[in-house]
Amino acid sequence: MVDIPTRRRPLALLAIVVVAQVLLLAFQVRHGGAARDKNVPLIRYWAVETIMPLERAASWMFSGVGGVWSGYIDLRHERKQNIDLRAENGELKLRNHELETEFEEARRMDALLQFRHEHPEAPMAVAEVVATTRAMVAAHVMGGSADPASHTVFINRGAHDGIRREMGVITPDGIVGKIVEVFPHAAQVQLISDRESGVGAMFAASHAHGIVKGTGDPDPQMDYIVNEERVQPGDEIITSGDDRIFPKGLSVGVVADDKAASPFQVIHIRTAAHLDRLEDVLVLLTSRDLNLKSVSEPSAAHAEPSNSKVPSSGAAQHQAAPAAKLSKPGATASPKTTGPKTASPKPETQKPAAVKAATPTSTISKPAAPKAPDSQPAGRTN
Amino acid sequence: MSLAYNPGLQSQENVEVHKYYTGTIVGSAVLAIVLQAFLHKYGHWTEFVELPLLVTIYFGVSRRNPASGLLLGAAIGILQDALSHDNPIGFYGIAKTFVGYVASSVGARIDMEHPVSRFALIVVLFHFHQIVLAITSRALLNRPEAFFNLHLLIASLVSGGLGVLLFALLDRLRRPV
Repeated sequence: MVDIPTRRRPLALLAIVVVAQVLLLAFQVRHGGAARDKNVPLIRYWAVETIMPLERAASWMFSGVGGVWSGYIDLRHERKQNIDLRAENGELKLRNHELETEFEEARRMDALLQFRHEHPEAPMAVAEVVATTRAMVAAHVMGGSADPASHTVFINRGAHDGIRREMGVITPDGIVGKIVEVFPHAAQVQLISDRESGVGAMFAASHAHGIVKGTGDPDPQMDYIVNEERVQPGDEIITSGDDRIFPKGLSVGVVADDKAASPFQVIHIRTAAHLDRLEDVLVLLTSRDLNLKSVSEPSAAHAEPSNSKVPSSGAAQHQAAPAAKLSKPGATASPKTTGPKTASPKPETQKPAAVKAATPTSTISKPAAPKAPDSQPAGRTN
Repeated sequence: MSLAYNPGLQSQENVEVHKYYTGTIVGSAVLAIVLQAFLHKYGHWTEFVELPLLVTIYFGVSRRNPASGLLLGAAIGILQDALSHDNPIGFYGIAKTFVGYVASSVGARIDMEHPVSRFALIVVLFHFHQIVLAITSRALLNRPEAFFNLHLLIASLVSGGLGVLLFALLDRLRRPV
C-alpha cells in the first residue's frame, strides 16, 4: 500500500480528481459525435431532472410575482390587453407567413400545371405529399445554460408534449433555434446564435442560398454568399427549408452589415427574434422530413395519422390541418412542402429538362384525375 | 488588518475554519447554478457573471481544506457542464477543481476577510479559471478558447465586485463559534 504523507494527500486527491475528469472528457470527445445523437448522458438527465423543478419554481415565482405586481397593481388591464394584442399579432404574423408561402406555392403549381397542359408529351413522374403535419406547441422559456458562453435555453415542454430532437423553435417574429436535448418535461433549445448552430437560409429578394451560422456572439453570420451577390444592410433573410428543420419562408433576420472576403462575403445578421429576451416560443412539431411518395407505391401510407406527434389538448397548442396532396387539383401545400428542390421562382420560363432536374421528387400529377386520393393511378403518367 | 500572511501556519488546526449550518454549502452551490441558468435568459450581460465560480472560491477560502475545496469545485463544475449543451462533462469540472484547490490552499495561509483582498483573489482566480478552461479546450476539444481579452478582463472585474457583495452575504450564514 502506498503511504502518502498527510500534507500531500490533498495534492494526490487533486491529481486523482483531475485525471478522472480528463479521462471522462477524453471518452466523451472520442465518442461524442455519434453518442450525442443517440442518448442523453445519464448525468445530464439526472442534472436536468433535478434542476428543472427548481428552475420551474423560480420561473413560476418570478412570473407570479411579476404578474401580480404589473398585471394587477401597476398596469392592471393594460398589461393584459397588451399581452392579448401581442399574442394576436404573433398569430397574425404567422398566418401571414403561411398565406404568403401558400400563395407562392399555388402560383408555382399553377404555372407547372399550365406547362403540363401545354406540353403533354413531356414525361413527368407522379408524386404526392402524404402525412405532412403542420402543428406547433407553445412553450415557456424557463432558463438558459449554466455555461455563460453557451447560447441555449430550456423550455417547459418535453417528450411528454411530443417534443423531439431537431424540431424547429420559433417566435412570431422569426426563428429561434432547434431542439437539441429532450427530457420528459423539458427540452433544451440551441439558439441560432450558438456557435454550433447552422440554419439553411436565403435572401428573400434574390433567393441566394446560404447558411446562417452562429458565432457565439449575439449576431450570427450568413455564410457561403459569393462576393458577386449584391447585399445591402437591411436585406431580409428567410429560411430556405434546406435544413429540413424549418419550413421555407420563416423570417431569420436582416443584414446588419457585410464586407467582402475570400472566398465568401462576411455577412452579419440582426436576428428577427429577440434571442436575448425570450419568454414564450413555439415548437414546430415536424421533425420528419417532407414525405414525398410516388403513387406507384402502395397507398397504405395514406393511412398514417398526420397528427400523431401532436398533443391532444392544451389551449396554447396550435394545430393546422394536414397539408393537401399535390395531386389534387387546386390544392395548396403547407410551407413545409416547399423545399428547396421545388420549382424556381419563375417556372413559366423553364424548359422540360429544367423541370425534371429541379423537381426530382416533387413533380406534379395530372390535374383532372377525378378519383379519390387513395386510388390514384400508379406509375408515371403522361 | 484582516489580510495577514501566516508563514508558520501549515496545518489547518492553527487557522480559523469557518463552519456553516447543515446544507448551506450544497444549497448555495445549487442556488448559484440555478440562478446562473435562470439569469441566462435575460440577456447576454449575464456572461459577465460566474456565480458558480464565486461560490467555489468562497467556500474554498472559508473552509480552508484543500480536499473539500477541490471536491466542491469538481461537483459544481460537473453540474455546470451537465446543464450546458456545448461542453462535455468535465470541462468546467477540471477548471473548478483547480480553483477549489487553490482557493482553499490560499485560504489556509492568508486570511481573506478584507474586501480588497477578496476582490483581488476573485479577479486572479477568475483568470486562473479561464486559463485552465483555455488549456483544456485547446488540448482536449480542439476549440480555440481565449486566454485573455478585454471581455474577460471586464468580466473578472464585474465578478470581483459582485463577489465582494456575495461573500459578505454568505458570511452571514456562518455558524457562530
